[in-house]
Formats: sequence, structure tokens, C-alpha cells
Amino acid sequence: MMFAVAAGGVLVSMLLAMVRTLLGPTVYDRVLAVNTFGTKTVVLIAVAGFLTGRPDFLDLCLVYALINFIGTIAVLRFFEYGGLAGRQRPDRGAD
Amino acid sequence: MAMVIDGLSWILIASGVFFVVVGALGLIRMPDFYTRLHAAGMTDSIGAGCILLALALQSGFTLVTVRLLLVWAFLLLTSPVGTHALARAARAGHVEPYRAAPARRD
Amino acid sequence: MEAVIHIALLALLAITAAAIIRLRSLFAAVMLAGIYSLLAAALLVALDAVDVALMEAAVGAGISTVLMLGTLSLVGRKEKRPVRQPILPLFVVLVTGGVLVYGTLDVPRFGDPGNPVHQHVAPRYLEESIDEIGIPNVVTSVLASYRAYDTLGETAVIFTAAVGVLLLLTSGPPLSRRGSEARPAATAARGAAPLDDRVILRVGAKMVIPFILMFGLYVQFHGDYGPGGGFQAAVIFATAFILYVLVFGLEDAQRVLPPRVGYVCAALGVLIFAGVGIVTVAEGANFLEYGPLLGDPKGAQVAGIMLVEFGVLVTVFGVMVTIFYVFAGRRRLRP
Repeated sequence: MMFAVAAGGVLVSMLLAMVRTLLGPTVYDRVLAVNTFGTKTVVLIAVAGFLTGRPDFLDLCLVYALINFIGTIAVLRFFEYGGLAGRQRPDRGAD
Repeated sequence: MAMVIDGLSWILIASGVFFVVVGALGLIRMPDFYTRLHAAGMTDSIGAGCILLALALQSGFTLVTVRLLLVWAFLLLTSPVGTHALARAARAGHVEPYRAAPARRD
Repeated sequence: MEAVIHIALLALLAITAAAIIRLRSLFAAVMLAGIYSLLAAALLVALDAVDVALMEAAVGAGISTVLMLGTLSLVGRKEKRPVRQPILPLFVVLVTGGVLVYGTLDVPRFGDPGNPVHQHVAPRYLEESIDEIGIPNVVTSVLASYRAYDTLGETAVIFTAAVGVLLLLTSGPPLSRRGSEARPAATAARGAAPLDDRVILRVGAKMVIPFILMFGLYVQFHGDYGPGGGFQAAVIFATAFILYVLVFGLEDAQRVLPPRVGYVCAALGVLIFAGVGIVTVAEGANFLEYGPLLGDPKGAQVAGIMLVEFGVLVTVFGVMVTIFYVFAGRRRLRP
């Protein structure tokens, strides 16, 4: 029962994070929302593993937590060095 | 003893869900990127930590608990680093913080 | 409860897909594609396919996102406005979709135990695997022993992909010289200069990378008992090096792991895999039949699986590193 409550709460927050991804005026808002979404998915997978009685899923949690971190860092590096032509000023992040 | 563990797990799950939902609400309602970062970044670590600890309590002293604690330790390490990197990147990208309008003099 | 999770995840998938199509900003589309992969991984977990979910999470949400960001630095971040309404393509897509849906109306019900797919080969694998091979994870035993020939084909395909990427995208001076040329130019050479003042990020990365490598080894060897195996472990290993490139810069990373190592690894893994097959043929059995490798038949199966998974690990790792180096080292061709 408590796992169902946890799963429900985490799903609600994932939905809210998705709304922020779609709304976010600046690009950093979207990156933040995706990062939050990823962390919540890790928790959701852990809880789902307990709900279905198969705690093997924790390897997947660890992989996903790792991938989430790397994805966020990659995006931030992209903003630091990437850009349309490379010679413009760093953009204000507005999309 | 099982009752104590169950009760503790319930408390942890309830507080974990509370923090997670409040953090997501803050993500929606806050006026500015930095405040949203503050809301989401902090409540992420605590909410996820509480829920994972509750799951660890539920499974006793098995290998599953060790893995859960590893996930928790990893999140604890990388979530603040990610938040910090985001804040620096936003600062370098000239995202302006929200400033309240100055109070009028009348 | 499970139906609720399935419905919620599928709804989120549909919303994400619609958003990817409608958004004009390519960067947001890349982020949403990462979320899409992650939702697909969660759905696969809910359907009890954990090995596939592991692979989907690692490759779809991690490597693909990073490679697409590398592409974005070359093509720009906004999609061009379409010049006319795509009526004919819409019509073609709707007709094709309709025909496909009509075709699936005759397919047997999902999960029905009387399905033909559950009648012939699958029960034999599920029932006999523990006696013939002796490892608990049936996915690994099917992948690496019963269907090892298919897996050899997969590994060769991955190697071919790396060769294709190299042929298409590297023309000009070799990668090791290209990396040092990119440093003085202030162009979009992603990761060309290290993060000098990012102390927190560097220390965090240094603390986390050995842990990631150790976790990759764990996934590789634990693949016999739980979700995991060669493919997933290789992606995790490659992720550690990608993190190194992102935090410390392409030049430093290429001093640690030169591109040549990537090329050699990509070829070596396929060689190991096929080599096991050749050894078994030389011992008088069929290609990739592990019986003659050791005296004890079950031990021979385990040894064969371990060798073959090691070959997969080496190849996929080499391919991922090679593709990432090529993508990260490119600069815009036009000024």
C-alpha cells in the first residue's frame, strides 16, 4: 500500500516536471526539469521494483542515475562551447 | 519490531512524497529560474533520499538494501554537483534573477 | 495498480512525442527525446523486461542525447519554418498507419499463453536452460549460448556502424592531430578546452568515474545472474570516458585513451567472439557450440558465455568511444 502511495506521488511530480519542460521560457528551465524528471524516474523504478516484487531493478536505477547526471553535464557543456556559429556571444538562453 | 519498522517506513514515505510533490509544485510556481533551481534541487535530494531509505528499511539486511544505499549515495553525490553546474551555466548564460519591484514611497 | 502505471506512462509517451513534433527548438526536442527514451525504459520495466530496459536507458537516454547534442552544435538549434503544408506526407502516413493497424487486428491477444510464440521454442529455453547451461538469467543464456550466432551478427553490425561513421565523418587529418588544432580556434569544438575553474565539477567527476568503471565490471559479470551482460556493461564503461571528456576536455581524454585504442577494441571484440567459434569448430563441434571448450559440459557453457560476453564488451566499448570521439572532435565546416 505504501508503495502505491509513493508511486502515485512520484508520478504526479513527474507530470509537473514535464509541464515545466514544455513551458520553460529559458533553456535552463528545460534542462532543470529534465534533470528532475530523471531523478524522479530513478525513484519510480525503485518503487516499481518493490511493487512487483522484483528488486533486481536497482541495477537499472543506478544506471539511470548515472545517465541522468552525464546528460545534464553534456547539455551544460554544449551551452558553454556550442552555439550556432561559435563566434557569437554566449546566448541568453532564451529559446 | 515489525510494527516499528512499518511505522517508520510510512513516516519516511509520507515525508518523501510530500517533499517530492512540493518540489515539483515549486518548479511550476516559482517566478524565476534560480528560485526554481533552489526548489527542485533541494527537495529532489531529500525527497528521493527519504523514499529510498524507506524502501531500504522495508527490505531488511539483504543485498537489496546495499544496492539501495548505493543508489542513495550516488544521488547524494551527483545531484548537488548537477545543481551547481546548472547554476553556473545559467549565470554564464546571463539569466537574470528575479528582482522584486522596489516599494513605492507613498 | 499496474494498469494505472502502464496507462500513465503511455500517456506521458504520447504527450512527449506530440511535443517533440510541435516544438521548433531542436534543443528542446533533443531533451524531450531523452525523456522519451527514459519513459520507454520505465515502461519496459513495468512489462518485466529489465535487460532491455537497462539497454534502453543507457543508450537512448544517455549516449543518443550526447551524440545529438554534438550534432546540434553543427546544425544549429532552430528548425526551419516549413514552406508549405505537408498534406501529401500526412495522407501517406495516415494510410500506412491505418493499414498497419488493420494488419494487427489478426494478431493473437497480447500475453495469451496459447500464442504460437509461447509454444515451441520459448518453453524449451525456459525449461531446459537451467539444466543445460546452469545460469539463472535466461536472457543471457539465450543471447550468448542458444542464439550466439545471432549475437555474433549483432556485434558485427555494431562494428560496421563504427566503420561507417568513421568513413563518413572523418576526412582530413587524423583525430589526434585534429584535437590539438581545435584548441586555438574558439569554435564549437565541444569539449576542446578543459573546465579550468570548475573545481566542484572536476572533483565530483574524479570521485565518480572509478565507481562507474567498477559498476560496469559488476554489470558485466553479474549478467549471468541478473540483468546485465556485455552490451550494457560496455555502454557503462563508455559513459565513464564520456564523462571524462566532458569534464576535462577532449585533448586530455585523448591522452588517456587514444582513438587508436578505440579502433583496436572495436575490431578485437569481434575477433574474440568469432575466434571462440573457430576454436569450437577446430575441436570438432559445431560453430559456437561450447561443449569442447572444457571437460565439464556446464562449465564449458559458462566459460563460452564469459568469453563471448567479453568479446561483446570490448567491441561495443570501442565502437562507443570511437563514435563519440568523432562526434566531439568535429567542428563546423563552414565559418
